[in-house]
Amino acid sequence: MPKAVNKKDKNSKTVSINNLSHYYGNNENKKQVLNNVNFFIEKGELVLLKGPSGCGKTTLLTLIGALRTCQSGDLTVLNNQLNGASRKTRQKLRRNIGMIFQGHNLLRCLTAEQNVQMGADLITNLTYLQRRELARKWLSAVGLEDHHKKLPNGLSGGQKQRVAIARALSANPKLLLADEPTSALDSVTGREIVSLLRKLAKEQNCSVLMVTHDPRISDMADRILNMEDGRIFNALSELR
Amino acid sequence: MINFSFIKFRKIPLAWLLLTRQPLRLIVAIAGISFAGILMFMQLGFRDGLFDTSVTIHKLLDADLVLISPRSKSSISMSGFPKRRLIQTLALEDVAKTAPVNLTYLLWRNPDNLKTRSILTLGFNPSDSLLLDDGFSRKADKLKNPGRVLFDKLSRPEFGPIEDWFLSEKKVETEVAGKRVLVEGLVELGPSFGADGNLITSRETYLRLFPANPKGSIEIGLVKLRSGSNPILVSEILNKSLPNDVRVLTKDQFIEFEKNYWKNSTAIGFIFSLGALMGFVVGCVVVYQILYSDVTDHLPEYATLLAMGYRLKSLFFVVAREGFLLALFGYLPAYFSGQILYSIVRNSTKLPIVMDANKTILIFILILVMCMGSAGIAMRKLVDADPAEIF
Repeated sequence: MPKAVNKKDKNSKTVSINNLSHYYGNNENKKQVLNNVNFFIEKGELVLLKGPSGCGKTTLLTLIGALRTCQSGDLTVLNNQLNGASRKTRQKLRRNIGMIFQGHNLLRCLTAEQNVQMGADLITNLTYLQRRELARKWLSAVGLEDHHKKLPNGLSGGQKQRVAIARALSANPKLLLADEPTSALDSVTGREIVSLLRKLAKEQNCSVLMVTHDPRISDMADRILNMEDGRIFNALSELR
Repeated sequence: MINFSFIKFRKIPLAWLLLTRQPLRLIVAIAGISFAGILMFMQLGFRDGLFDTSVTIHKLLDADLVLISPRSKSSISMSGFPKRRLIQTLALEDVAKTAPVNLTYLLWRNPDNLKTRSILTLGFNPSDSLLLDDGFSRKADKLKNPGRVLFDKLSRPEFGPIEDWFLSEKKVETEVAGKRVLVEGLVELGPSFGADGNLITSRETYLRLFPANPKGSIEIGLVKLRSGSNPILVSEILNKSLPNDVRVLTKDQFIEFEKNYWKNSTAIGFIFSLGALMGFVVGCVVVYQILYSDVTDHLPEYATLLAMGYRLKSLFFVVAREGFLLALFGYLPAYFSGQILYSIVRNSTKLPIVMDANKTILIFILILVMCMGSAGIAMRKLVDADPAEIF
């Protein structure tokens, strides 16, 4: 078991989890999906979370992403204790967390540029033109500058995922959560996407927690966490 | 500064883009809202037309005060009162002059096809001032000869081609209540729900056409006050001083008296208001269905925005803006269709149904309330957008 995270460590860590447990259902239907989970993510670190289906990876991701209320244990994300945090606190925290979904979840009615700008729009003190410029910059960074006027249904799977990455990064997040971002992509595109994600996240000093089953990208991670039956193994494995 | 703020707070027009993503659904929504709007325009138009036409003559009367019998319910059921009550008002210094008027419905024979139809007939002394129309007194002089009448050229065509014949200098002679009359001129009054046409004649001719009417009895007494007199004050004094067989109203009260009859004593006002309400309800259902299915369709996208850090309130605003846009786009076709339909109704029924500012604003507010209310209900679905479920 890892030691409790002290205050000094907390500042260098993007995510710090101690004895986190989570349950679904009530009474006799109550099922524990996370069982005393302990781990941390350093700033700028790319961590892969692996494990079989139903082991609790997605639940963990949604808890770290402040999308669910924390039931038991300590969960500190970007220096915010989420156990007992209000809905408003979680909503504000989410503005600093970028999310990349397995199904891209791009807004179908918006162009690639507008989708990215929806991320940039979360940054305050920027004018509309500055936010649009930012969106174009990120689209350029993911190599889609020529596709900025296209709607999602005019883009390939890989291009959509690039737009999703650009959207997540355009809000200047300090933590990026990705749920199997390469599952629908071929091996070459998958590696390209993760490589791009890693490069851009490092440039931004942004930590990345990526849920994946894809063994082809394991070598690109700083650290790999294995999860089974709601528990994390090798949580303290050394950085790459 | 204004420009700066505009640029700073300018956002991607998400509501507009969500609405226009499925043009067919948008067209259906606009058609539904427009239909509801047209329904409301027509129902309220008919209702207001009824109220307005019922007081067309009332508004034209050249009087500050009007005397009627307390038993009178409206222009379609006027009771008589002694003419001497009108003369008694002259005892008051404020009263400048008076004019007795008889009013009833008589049978007019269409000189073209000889069919009879009921026409509202007014009898007055041609030397008195009856209407506010400047040219009327000149026409009224012609009524001094017995058997002469002035025909309302806005009367329904069923009364015959009177205007055409008169303008072509053809002698227009026909029967009223079985007695021969000659049309000596045309006036512009307009039909109402109560009267399809109007006829003005002298009291002398009136009593000849309607001999059952007692000579000393009148249905309306017009009182003109001296300048500077307060009609309300004088009406109160007269109501106290005159016997109970007469009631004194200001001209405005007389107009309201007539309108109130149609509003409260008949089902017509209620029916048209109910019709407008049905339009409103139909519109609410259409908009709610459209917005609800729009929110449901886009629930994963709304959940994504929530996951990104957008507030639920921001998403409520998106749906509210969709409601506002639907109201705007639904209202415009309703307004223009309403104009066209009003014109058709005006031409075919001669009813003064007009697109006045009150109706224009009222219907827009009703459509806005309809759309925003439906958006408000559809917003409840947004609460179901669980960002945790999108992973």
